[in-house]
Amino acid sequence: MTALSDRPTDPIVGQAIPHESAALHVTGAALYTDDLTVRTHGILHAHPVQAPHAHARVTRLHTAPALEVPGVVRVLTAADVPGVNDAGVKQDEPLFPSEVMFFGHAVCWVLAETLESARLGALAVEVDYEPLPSIVTVREAIAAESFQGGRPTIARGDVDAAFAGAEHVFSGELDLAGQEHFYLETHCSLAHVDEGGQVFVQSSTQHPSETQEIVAHVLGLASHAVTVQCLRMGGGFGGKEMQPHGFAAIAALGAVLTGRPVRLRLTRSQDLTMTGKRHGFHVQWRATFDGSGAIRALDATLTSDGGWSLDLSEPVLARALCHVDNAYWIPNLRVNGRIALTHKTSQTAFRGFGGPQGMLVIEDVIGRCAPRLGIDAAELRRRNFYAEGQHTPYGQLVRHPERAVRCWEQVLTTGEVAARSAQIAAYNASHEHTKRALAVTPVKFGISFNFTAFNQAGALVHVYKDGSVLISHGGTEMGQGLHTKMLQVAATALGLPLALVRLAPTRTDKVPNTSATAASSGADLNGAAVRNACEQILGRLRAVASARLGVDDEDVLFEDGVVRAAGGDEQVAWAQLVSEAYHQRVQLWAAGFYRTEGLHWDSRTMHGSPFKYFSYGAAASEVEVDGFTGAYRLRRVDIVHDVGDSLSPLVDLGQVEGGFVQGAGWLTLEDLRWDESSTPARGRLATASASTYKLPSLSEMPEVFNVALLERAAEDGVVYGSKAVGEPPLMLAISVREALRQAAAAFGPSGTSVDLASPATPEAVFWAVRQARGGGQPPHTTPLVDGGVGLVPEQPDPAAPPLEPRSEQLVSGSGG
Amino acid sequence: MTPGRRLAATVNGAELSLAGADPSTNALDWLRAQGLTGAKEGCAEGECGACAVMVARPDGGSGTEWTALNACLMPAAALDGQEVVTAEGLGTPERLHPVQREMAVRGGSQCGYCTPGFVCAMAAEYYRDGRTATRDDSAAAGHPHGHACGPNGFELEALSGNLCRCTGYRPIRDAAFALGEPVAYDPFANRRTGPPPAAAATRLEGPTGTYARPAHLGEALDLLAAHPDAVLVAGSTDWGVDVNLRGARAPFVIGIDRLPELRHLVVGDDVVEIGGALSLTEVARGLAGRVPLLDQLFPQFASRLIRNGATVGGNLGTASPIGDLPPALLALEASVVLAGPGGEREVALADYFTGYRRTLRRPDELVRAVRIPVPLSGTTAFHKITKRRFDDISSVAVAFALDVVDGVVRRARIGLGGVAATPIRAYATEAALEGQPWTVSAVRAAAEVLQGEGTPLDDHRASADYRSAVLGGALLRLHGESTVHPAAEAVADRGVQA
Repeated sequence: MTALSDRPTDPIVGQAIPHESAALHVTGAALYTDDLTVRTHGILHAHPVQAPHAHARVTRLHTAPALEVPGVVRVLTAADVPGVNDAGVKQDEPLFPSEVMFFGHAVCWVLAETLESARLGALAVEVDYEPLPSIVTVREAIAAESFQGGRPTIARGDVDAAFAGAEHVFSGELDLAGQEHFYLETHCSLAHVDEGGQVFVQSSTQHPSETQEIVAHVLGLASHAVTVQCLRMGGGFGGKEMQPHGFAAIAALGAVLTGRPVRLRLTRSQDLTMTGKRHGFHVQWRATFDGSGAIRALDATLTSDGGWSLDLSEPVLARALCHVDNAYWIPNLRVNGRIALTHKTSQTAFRGFGGPQGMLVIEDVIGRCAPRLGIDAAELRRRNFYAEGQHTPYGQLVRHPERAVRCWEQVLTTGEVAARSAQIAAYNASHEHTKRALAVTPVKFGISFNFTAFNQAGALVHVYKDGSVLISHGGTEMGQGLHTKMLQVAATALGLPLALVRLAPTRTDKVPNTSATAASSGADLNGAAVRNACEQILGRLRAVASARLGVDDEDVLFEDGVVRAAGGDEQVAWAQLVSEAYHQRVQLWAAGFYRTEGLHWDSRTMHGSPFKYFSYGAAASEVEVDGFTGAYRLRRVDIVHDVGDSLSPLVDLGQVEGGFVQGAGWLTLEDLRWDESSTPARGRLATASASTYKLPSLSEMPEVFNVALLERAAEDGVVYGSKAVGEPPLMLAISVREALRQAAAAFGPSGTSVDLASPATPEAVFWAVRQARGGGQPPHTTPLVDGGVGLVPEQPDPAAPPLEPRSEQLVSGSGG
Repeated sequence: MTPGRRLAATVNGAELSLAGADPSTNALDWLRAQGLTGAKEGCAEGECGACAVMVARPDGGSGTEWTALNACLMPAAALDGQEVVTAEGLGTPERLHPVQREMAVRGGSQCGYCTPGFVCAMAAEYYRDGRTATRDDSAAAGHPHGHACGPNGFELEALSGNLCRCTGYRPIRDAAFALGEPVAYDPFANRRTGPPPAAAATRLEGPTGTYARPAHLGEALDLLAAHPDAVLVAGSTDWGVDVNLRGARAPFVIGIDRLPELRHLVVGDDVVEIGGALSLTEVARGLAGRVPLLDQLFPQFASRLIRNGATVGGNLGTASPIGDLPPALLALEASVVLAGPGGEREVALADYFTGYRRTLRRPDELVRAVRIPVPLSGTTAFHKITKRRFDDISSVAVAFALDVVDGVVRRARIGLGGVAATPIRAYATEAALEGQPWTVSAVRAAAEVLQGEGTPLDDHRASADYRSAVLGGALLRLHGESTVHPAAEAVADRGVQA
């Protein structure tokens, strides 16, 4: 057997083919969960009753009036739950709460013949609340010491000694915002009890196995009585890793109790007000640099806004801490993490999973300090890159640090950065009211789940008697092109044309015990499992072929649907060989399995080698800022990104571009505003619709957008030499924020350091421009402190709990 | 309507009955209930375009324009007698439409959820009369968004009402710019030469109430008199949001979008009169650049999808303080023609707004037309301050119409949005400018005054301080742009790009 990363000649992997569903997408023929509604008879629609308080006790829930509304069939409440009244994995997310924990929390659900009846029924439900004090912002939580979960620390070297007598000490604070996923398809589940008595749930979920487990524990059933299918998702981005479970459980509970199919699809406003988002963070930091610009020490405390329950906040925080170094060698480092408990939606996974927040810390530090050090920011970044043989602060060897350098140097060259920097300087000298700037930032992102057990996958490959192939695997399709890659992997592994391979929707009764399609790992894990299954089948067919062709096993070649002997003329068609194998009673299907080797991680000490490898990239972004309004244009972006030896270049290009623009949205435009007043609206999401929460549109796309995949980048030990791509490019967008900072600074004298609020909306940039012009401190920022001992970040209580090793653990493993 | 005629729409060439629809049923939900699930709901308020479909509408002459509209905002009843094409009708997986093929092969879809809407909006632009290939890059360079016009004449702005969360848009832009011309036998292209379906007078009774689309103004006014609580809709781009997001239901909805008396555009010697039921797209097409201030405004007004439905009368009828049209019309000193049972009256727009979403319009009146006096001022500008360039609601909007003669401001009219409970005129600033030289120092002084106009609020769009600050900046920017020679600016720009 060949190594996992070896490729045959002329493989199907590596071909730039469109998404496997592209023709279905563009004709409207691709089905999503809610599209099944019209195909399902006798369906009931579910609608929530959402609480109008950030924090309150439910003192009375009177559902009878809803049943008076024509069409209402049933109101689901806690009393209806036969199993466990919990939607999460940590027993801190009651499905039907008696205590409202955020504005919009669903206290019960109404089922009706039409959505309109369900909506009117929900309006008729009478609920009395006893309002309770609430905590809405992270700063309020810090002041009130309202925390949840573990409080990990990553530490290396002697931080305190490094600050004593240091040459340049800077310190500051950073409030970085969260982000709404805004997948175009809102959460949706459709459940019924099938003809075999099994609960069958169609769900828009990135983690069908966990959805299955939670449906089972809510219903008090074993997992084998529940099947979850995900046809495809209209976007996930992490927002459908944990969040679908409760909605699936509501639909399933309704189906079991009424005997009818139940459809639950959130409206956009319900989705925005009920489901988790990217964590915002509050960060206190101090850093010291030597005279050459080398970072000597970083001391920081990161407090994430976890919302009302733990959800995935602990592993998100762990990943944030693991990415504070980004691509930089920091010899002395202490980074503390903690999770605020606030009365908001439970913040959750979002593309990058804490990595973006961690990286933003160091890039903010460098962006603010560079002018004070008198060193060009890009040069300061480059000087601090990791070198061969160095380890991360958590103890992992940084393999291939030269790839970060190659990405960086290539982007400087192809992006004509030197020449354009000179042009920008000339432009700025001649324009009073508009300024341009170009910033370059790197990315180093660790690939694998920190939680080691998740680094496994399964696949099921069927070869039918006619030679056609059907593959199933544990990953879900959310637009990232995983299914396209899996088809390419199977066709390559079996030596078949793509047309002979078909892929079945993801179902828990095909491949069990799957991990979330998350952490960018979908192709790495499932691809290896698919390949493993194919090779098992090929091994058996090889024996049949060698006997027929009269050669040794190792001389049998499977290429483009033909099986032949190396160097020989005799050949047999794939379908013919398959038929012969069947008649010889050879098993023509296989279950594949894969586990990532060589990972170890101790979350109590925050030490180990949790990542299989690092993905690298670099981006150069040029912006133009209008001094009158702070409005800006993204004039040009150049990216070089490392995806290993790409499995599917068109798919990977799409991931890099799409991730970048999504990251730019997070950092510049997308603005989650919660009501922080003391009015009854306190805790309400003020930007709970598409008209108030603005995503990037075509007008935000870079005007010139050049993306290159790093050449000669095959990764050993990964399927066909590829690398993960889903998350890392998002963080390349930090270059946009840094370019905006530099452009704002260009309105002031040389050496101006600018404090830029996040997100860097036109208004935020406007205030940064005003600061550069000497107009004072921008709102929502804290001034950089230059010199002295700096502001020492709050250090953790020695008695604070560490992360638990099983902080990402599944509900089934922890005993339900 | 003809007695006994059943309500029906022609969708992808097949007649589908509208029986069973309620006035509150939107076209998207109705289409999906027919099994046409290609169009999706992404936001239900006309922001994302996942629901976009093509509707056969008048092209301004005798032919048909395929017009992309948000199905989520239109009442299904309004489709009575109309011709609709969805992504399913454009092509099939086996026989892709040229737009679908470009989108598919270039990676224009990832999750695919927004894609059918993009395809419909893109196809409408593909079939737009007057879209012609050009090798002249100056057309693109002169566009307010620079890169926004393809060599095939495709205006990227046609997709301003469509959101994609996956691709980052580059492959969608490339697909749009790669489109050629429709082939000779293209049925959708050929359909354009025939007239669109006549506007059907309609009445649909449903559980929540009645939707009626009268044939003539008199009938509409009679209905309004009989149902004083009726909701008037044309493009339904505002009412549709209330229905979908806020559960609004009305016992009586009157569709005035096809009333012939409200669908004229007259450019006279002393007045431009714009019918209240013309969509903003129709107005832009009809004016053809003759009111430059409105030409600056139109690309910034919501999105193409919204402008294809939204009307001038609707924008004045809803009277939002952040509506885009009022500041410009205030600066143009427009007046509103209100039609009621006793006839018509004309009121100055500056007097029309009486409070937050309140106007001089009586419940038995409707906005028949808007009149703009001519000649127009020579120096005009529309500045809309937003977080996003395409399809955003303004934090502040400023419209200027100035006459600068021999370096002196002879006349100044300034309309403001987003700084008070209603759109307002900046009278103090106008007074501060008039008679003053058009110089930096005089403009600075007037900018100080402008900065103090209105009583802006803090909200999720912007802070009050920012709103005030950018108000003052707008006048300085206008001065800078009107005095710097545009060509010199363009040369400097090209020098840097070279």
